[in-house]
Amino acid sequence: MDDSELVDRLAADLDSAFGDLVAGHQDRLYSIAMRVLGDRADAEEVAQDAMVRAYRALAGYPSQRTRELRLRPWLAAIVVNVARNRRRRLSDRQPPLRLVLRDGEEQGRWGRERSAEMAAIDRIDRAGWAELLATLPDRYRVPLVLRYVDDLSYAEMAEALGRPEGTLKAQVHRGLVRLRDAWAARERREETA
Amino acid sequence: MSRTDRTSRNRPSDEGIGTTSDLSVVEAALRALRSGAPDDLTPRTLVEVGLADSWDLVDTPAGLVVVAWNGRGVAVVDLAGDHDAMERRHLATTGRPLAPASPLPSPWRRAIERRLAGDRRARVPLDLRGRTTFERSVWEKALEIPAGEVRPYGWVAAEIGHPRAVRAVGSALGHNPVPLVVPCHRVVRSDGTIGEYSLGGASVKRRLLTAEGVDLDELEILTRRGIRYVGSATTRIYCLPTCRHARRIAAANRVPFRTTHEGETAGYRACRDCRPRAAA
Repeated sequence: MDDSELVDRLAADLDSAFGDLVAGHQDRLYSIAMRVLGDRADAEEVAQDAMVRAYRALAGYPSQRTRELRLRPWLAAIVVNVARNRRRRLSDRQPPLRLVLRDGEEQGRWGRERSAEMAAIDRIDRAGWAELLATLPDRYRVPLVLRYVDDLSYAEMAEALGRPEGTLKAQVHRGLVRLRDAWAARERREETA
Repeated sequence: MSRTDRTSRNRPSDEGIGTTSDLSVVEAALRALRSGAPDDLTPRTLVEVGLADSWDLVDTPAGLVVVAWNGRGVAVVDLAGDHDAMERRHLATTGRPLAPASPLPSPWRRAIERRLAGDRRARVPLDLRGRTTFERSVWEKALEIPAGEVRPYGWVAAEIGHPRAVRAVGSALGHNPVPLVVPCHRVVRSDGTIGEYSLGGASVKRRLLTAEGVDLDELEILTRRGIRYVGSATTRIYCLPTCRHARRIAAANRVPFRTTHEGETAGYRACRDCRPRAAA
């Protein structure tokens, strides 16, 4: 079911359609949370909390407002905000970068649907890239996650993050360059080790 | 040379990714960081918003019971038994699927345990969506009956302002989805017999009331003799026989009454706690 049909059904009967919202969006919301936070347990709680907030918001919306929603950027905005709030809370109590960097879930559902390109990428050290991504500042990491992990367009990202598309394009580019350079530096370290 | 070769870490070479400026390798690596949500994310989310119920086991004086709950509150208390039958019953009574078991929120579990121990003030959130206001008012009234005391069905009917709806009260109590948490076992027939009980029948009801300190044999003897109220010669107040004030009356001062009228003409007034006139 596509999202335009789903928002109509959510507007008509939230309780009977909400399960389809969960089924259709939970993987992406979990992936965003996982790559913003770097910890599986935190990511699951944040993805759950984001969907619960979405449910409560929808319960209070007039049906016209629900029908006009673009679910992908709207839900992305919610999960990014919940993840940020959680990180802020955690960093008050704990040393920064408490990120658990190896997620060890290489056999996820996405694994079965991979294209030939993705299959080739399988030999990439996912944990290694995840670790580098986690060390990037938020202003680069969040746009990178939305652009590539979640596959949002720049227009959708602008809507979700409330930043101009131009700013986001620049942040994504700088983020990619940083990651590439960090990877290269790491390869060199390993070779000289 | 393919991208895969260049990015392979299994292949030590001086042509690692650092030698390329190709950002598409980084893009592809980021796309590979998608993950599938854990299997329990769906049920946990649906339980939290109240579109499915999870369950947990609680040990009670009536035996091991299943407490079905969701983010809105406790929805069903049922005898633990065959799981498939329980799932079917749950769907039929609530319209919601039963999700896998998970622990009750610990403040709720503590509140349930305190209530089972007789503390009426322990607040247990309940999810009673789909129930009528009449049913809810019956259950709320049952909540006011202290442990160790019983009230007749007619008392509940009068207290909620429907003195003639004794049968409907009995039916609402029989359909109480959260027995023990809402102590419908403390409502008995006005003829002094114990009446039905949805959670395992009359024998369980008898066991629960006896464990709470109700002397059912004495109650039945009194009723058989036509005595439905007990007054105190010192305070000049009359009560229902199981009222905590009635039980404190010394044997020498106990004055039995058959009707409230008999008590009132003898100059006694009704107890403000058990409100015996509602049972008249």
